[in-house]
Amino acid sequence: MHPVIPYVTAALLFGIGVYGVLRRRNAVLLLMSVELMLNAVNLVLVTADATVQAALPATGQVFALFVIVIAAAEVGVGLAIVLQLYRLHATIALDTVALAPPDDTAALGPPDDTPFPPDGSPPPGPPDRSGPPDGTGPRPEASAEQPHPAPVGAA
Amino acid sequence: MTSADLLLTALGAVALGSALLVVATRHVVRAGLWLVVTLGAVAGLYLVLAAELVAWVQILLYVGAVVVLLLFAVMLTRAPIGARHDLDRPGWPAFLVGGGTGLGLAVLLVDAYRWTRVDTPPTGSAELLGTEIFRSWVLPFEVLSVLLLAALVGAIVISRPEIGSRPAPPAGSAPEPRPAPGERR
Repeated sequence: MHPVIPYVTAALLFGIGVYGVLRRRNAVLLLMSVELMLNAVNLVLVTADATVQAALPATGQVFALFVIVIAAAEVGVGLAIVLQLYRLHATIALDTVALAPPDDTAALGPPDDTPFPPDGSPPPGPPDRSGPPDGTGPRPEASAEQPHPAPVGAA
Repeated sequence: MTSADLLLTALGAVALGSALLVVATRHVVRAGLWLVVTLGAVAGLYLVLAAELVAWVQILLYVGAVVVLLLFAVMLTRAPIGARHDLDRPGWPAFLVGGGTGLGLAVLLVDAYRWTRVDTPPTGSAELLGTEIFRSWVLPFEVLSVLLLAALVGAIVISRPEIGSRPAPPAGSAPEPRPAPGERR
């Protein structure tokens, strides 16, 4: 057995995964490309386990199993994020996602508490993000009785 | 070239070809199905490399769980049926970086291993692997269980429906905040 064959396969598989991660716009397709990269790493680990004499037996296979478990956890959380993104934006095209939408500063606190002076100087004191000024404590939670804004198809 | 070499070459070619289709196809669902072929071919490579337990875990966890999750996500995000032409960004930077990474790693590994030959290792059994996990790698195993629990709880927390809904504006204060990007009014 020539170990260079699976090694080269793994290297090219990793390159294909990198290409897919950089190329794809769809978030689910990007996660598939990440799976390709993880598989390439697993293949290197298993091949090294079959090739290199290690101090402990079967170390490469043990680590391949660990990586598989981590990949399962990663894809679970990643898909939850993707679904939430779809609910909020009605799209999962990645280049339409702003990293810090200016809209979200409104959610941190009422913007009327510390208005910026019109001359552009910094506001007096730290911005009060604790809640409305009438002393009702921290800002109201997203109340359960408030109907969730229909994300899709309502328009 | 022994039979193991032939098997490795054939399975590697299948894995690489279907991986190329995963990143190149214009059908979202077909990308998931080609991913199944890739993962199966890699499981076959594990079998040739005498990692039997890893191969079956790969089939169970990847093909059985991860791909099903991905296809669920494809369906839940109402992916279009049929070819789409808006799935990709312009490809030249990705092609350069991905091709450079793959070829660079391949050259590195070819230079390291040349055409050396090793004996086909004896088939690893689940017993040996389990003994190693629970003797030498107990701590990573337990940390992984905590990681899985954290990922489960995190996925549930992220999926709660009230995330992203606006808190009710305080009475008599502000004008209506700007609508969320997803809302179209």
